[in-house]
Formats: sequence, structure tokens, C-alpha cells
Amino acid sequence: MSLPLSPPSTLAQKLVARASGRDRVTPGEIVNCRVDLAMFHDSSGPRRLKPMLEELGAQIWDKRRVVLVMDHYLPERDDESRRIVRIARDWAREQDLPHVYDGQGICHVVVPQHGHIRPGMFCVGGDSHSPTGGAFGAYMFGIGSTEMLGVVVTGEIWLRVPHTLQMHWSGQLAAGVTAKDVMLHMIGRFGMNGGQYQAVEFAGPAVQALGMQERMTLSNMSAELGAQAGLIAPDNTTRDWLRAAGVPDADLQGLDAWHTDEGADLTRHTFDAATLTPQVAAPHSPANAAPVAQHAGQGIDVAYIGACTGAKLDDLRAAASVLRGQRVAAGVRLMVAPASQRDQAAAQAEGVLQVLQDAGAELFPTTCGACAGYGDTVGDATNVISSTARNFKGRMGSPTAQVYLASPYTVAASALRGCITDPREVLA
Amino acid sequence: MTSIHRVWKLGADIDTDVLAPGHAMKHGIDVLARHCLESVRPDFVAGVRTGDVIVAGPNFGIGSSREQAAAVLVRLGVAAVIAPSFSGLYFRNAFNLGLLLLTCPEAETIGEGERITLNEQTPSVTTAQGRVLACDPIPPFLLDMVRAGGLMNQLRARFGKEPLHG
Repeated sequence: MSLPLSPPSTLAQKLVARASGRDRVTPGEIVNCRVDLAMFHDSSGPRRLKPMLEELGAQIWDKRRVVLVMDHYLPERDDESRRIVRIARDWAREQDLPHVYDGQGICHVVVPQHGHIRPGMFCVGGDSHSPTGGAFGAYMFGIGSTEMLGVVVTGEIWLRVPHTLQMHWSGQLAAGVTAKDVMLHMIGRFGMNGGQYQAVEFAGPAVQALGMQERMTLSNMSAELGAQAGLIAPDNTTRDWLRAAGVPDADLQGLDAWHTDEGADLTRHTFDAATLTPQVAAPHSPANAAPVAQHAGQGIDVAYIGACTGAKLDDLRAAASVLRGQRVAAGVRLMVAPASQRDQAAAQAEGVLQVLQDAGAELFPTTCGACAGYGDTVGDATNVISSTARNFKGRMGSPTAQVYLASPYTVAASALRGCITDPREVLA
Repeated sequence: MTSIHRVWKLGADIDTDVLAPGHAMKHGIDVLARHCLESVRPDFVAGVRTGDVIVAGPNFGIGSSREQAAAVLVRLGVAAVIAPSFSGLYFRNAFNLGLLLLTCPEAETIGEGERITLNEQTPSVTTAQGRVLACDPIPPFLLDMVRAGGLMNQLRARFGKEPLHG
């Protein structure tokens, strides 16, 4: 007779159980978790944390577990942004923080690229797109600055153990269809609160076939789906990527344990990747997603390839594959802001950047840029098609701008024709 | 504890970017608060009074982690937000800043300008006509946080500093 086995658990339950020091946790219960890594940037971090820490007379619980990235107010454009970035730089020096990335790119891309996020970890970030860490099999979610202060002084945070919504994608994505299209389709179907602040897990052959950068796009936009975390079970793709990022093999032992057990209690939604077409989300919500055909022909003034969820190396390659040897339509401005210095250097080395510039693209700094309207902004009454994550009213600077969201393929194809275009027509 | 409040009615999907617009995020909370809801409810900032409440449609606070989207409402004296559902991230931020959120499935039956009574203990909302609308339970530690005036005040007490009140 065999011993009774422990009941099957989801990946989310396993990650939260580990962080809370328990054998097992049950969805709905509130637990306290120890934080392995806390990430924040110039906007959410030092400018808010420094005065609060000083007022409390408290210290950072463990500096090795803190990562600071300057990405929102760079490059500094005015006195206010100079002041904010100066506070971050001075504080990093004062505190002697070991992990600081200044002007290296966007936090959600730079932090994993440097191997900080590993399978099994429990992490928080001072930014809503922090679920990006879920692509590496880590439980990671966004919090505000006051709650970050709580983490920074205690190393702990409370959590309601999430139920898991498993998004199971069978089949394979067609050429010209990407993780961005997968996400926009799900947000269109379930809405911006469809994730109900639970854990979303992306699974199935179509997800397993994705590279790490595409997986990061899925996890990143779990925020737009209203999930707390967006998880993908780590596998050999994860292992190879982290190894290349400099993570020692010893830290990748036992990686296979981080998966959802057969028979675990979850809600599963199934999709066929092969039938998915390129998607476009109309203003002013990512939930306004529909097949590109619904908006084909809509004129555009600006095409923007940028942000943590739309300007990584794979995204730049996708845009270049559409624009190679061609020029964007007259009157269209193509703005490209690579997500990190590393992605930009790689794109430069393999000629991708040259293809984009030859097509007429203007190159912008590797920061959050126009995505959140902090830096470069778009003008009034402008029609924009963008590879970013969000198209809220006023998001990119002007409340009268009409922002459509799409994959980098679709953004590039639309730039080429001057109107919203199905990239498969151009790629064919 | 019960109290009477005047209602500002907003629609569904009020996001963090209309509560705390990106273009004003570089400024302090006093300036940022002047831009709260400017693109969807331009009369709000001039007209809102201490103790008023917001009643909104589903998904209030979707979007960014910027807690200023809750802080501006605290700054403007808003006593609570009542909606059928909230962004989970906004929910955490609001309680951390001492802003009461009531998840009320029937919120949308409340009218603009109506005087309502809040009972945070039950929790429930009583309309001007005396209808009692039930709200989802709030974990006691979160209610304590709101009553303390937010997480910072709780940390002040923990680190032996005087909590701020008012």
C-alpha cells in the first residue's frame, strides 16, 4: 500500500507556500510571505521611500534583495525630472545599493536580463507590470510605494492565496502572430478585470514554443488582465536563457518542481493558437481588442514601437522583418524606443536597427518614454498605433490622442501603409 | 460607526491614469490632485468637499501601481469609494493610504448627489430612501489599517513615532 500523496497544487500555490514557510496553502487564505527580491524605479522608489524611511528612522531590511532601476524620468527634460532622478542617484550612493541600473533600459526587461529573477522566487515590484517576473516561474506582482516601504523595512508582505486561471493554448501561432496578439485576445475576451486579481497561468504547446521575450510579454500584460501574477512554468527554454544571463547552474537546480500538478484545483480556459489572427485594441482600453480586420484602413499619424511589452529584441526583429528595404508612408512618424541597452546593442549588431532607421524610424532612448506620458509624448488629436501595454485616455500625454494597441508586426505594417494593416498582407 | 456622505457618481473602468495623469506625476500631491479626473469629470476637483464619496461602476482603479491614484482622493477629502469591483492593486494601495473602499454589487443603483450613510463595520451602505446595500466583508486587519490612517501610520507606531491624525 502506498502512502497518501499530498494533494495536487498549482504553481501559484507552491510558490506562495514556499514564501510563507508552509507545506501547503489554500486559495482564499491570507498569509504573510518573505520577499526574495524587491524592485523599484525612479518614479515609485527613492523619491517616495527615502523621506518615509528617514521619518521612521528605519533601514532597508536586506540591500542585496533590492534592485533600483532608473527608467521613467530619463533622459531628464525639466527641473522636476532632474530632481527626481537626482534623488534616486544620491540615495543609491548613500545607501551603497549593490544593484542599480541607471539608463540601462526598462526595469521589467533589465532586471531579468541580469539574472535577478529565478524560478521559485517571491518578488514584488514598484510598478504594475511587475508580473513580468512570472515568465521565469517566480511569483511577482506590483505594489505601491507605501506598501513597498513596508516591504523595505520588514522584508515581508501579506497575500491572499490566489485561485489559478489557467490559459491553455494548444497548437502553434501562425507567422506574424505574437504573444501580444495572444494577450490582446484574452483581454478582449475576459476584460481588464477578468483575472480577478488571481494568478493567471499560461500553459500549453503554443506557450511552451515561445522564447523568453515573448513569454515576458504574456506575463507583463497579465496586469491588463487584472491578474495579480502571470505565471509560466519554467522549462529548458527558461534554463538556457538564465544560464546565458549569468545565473550559475547551482541556482537552477530543482527548476522542474515549479509546475502545476495534474489534477490541481484550477479554472481552465482553452484556446487554439492556430486560429488566432493579429489583434488591435481600439481607444481607450486594451479590452477593446478585436481582429485587425475590424480596424483595417484606419489612418494613423504615429507608429510607436516601445515599452517593456513591445520593444525587446524580438519585437524590433519583428518590425524589421516587415520594414526591410521599405520606407514608412509619407506623413507617418515611426518612433522606436528599444526596451533596454542590451536589446538595442543586439539589434545594432545584427543590423535590425539599421533596417528600422533606413525605413525612416526615429530612435529614442531606452526608457519608458511615451508609454506612460512621462517623457516623449504624442500630440493632440493624433492617431497612434503602439506596441505598448496600455491605451488609457491621456496615457501618452494628450487626452485627445487616439491610441490603438497592436503587435510590433502590426505597428510596422501600419506605418508602412499609413493605416492600420494586417501584417500578414505585408509579410506574404 | 456610521456617517452621512454626498455622492459623486462615476462610470465603469475609471483607471489610474485619469485619477493621477502621467503628465502631472512629476509634481507633488497637491498639484497632482488638481488634475484628478480632469479628462472625465472636469468639475470634480472644484466641487468636491471633505467627506464626499465616489460611487462608480465596475473595475475602479484599473491600471498602474501608482498609489497617487488613491492619494489624490485622500488629499481631496474623499471619504470612500463604493463600486461593484476594484482593481486588486488599487485595493491594496487605497487601504495602505487610509482610503476606504467598499465593494458593493448594487453600487450603481445609488444616484448622483444622493446623501448616503456608510457603515464600515457591517459593511453596508444605506441610501437616502433607506435601502440597505450589502458590501463584501473587509479583512479586519485592513479595516484597522484604514482606521489608523494607513500603513505609514501603523509603521510610525511600530517604530515608536507619533502617528499622524487628521
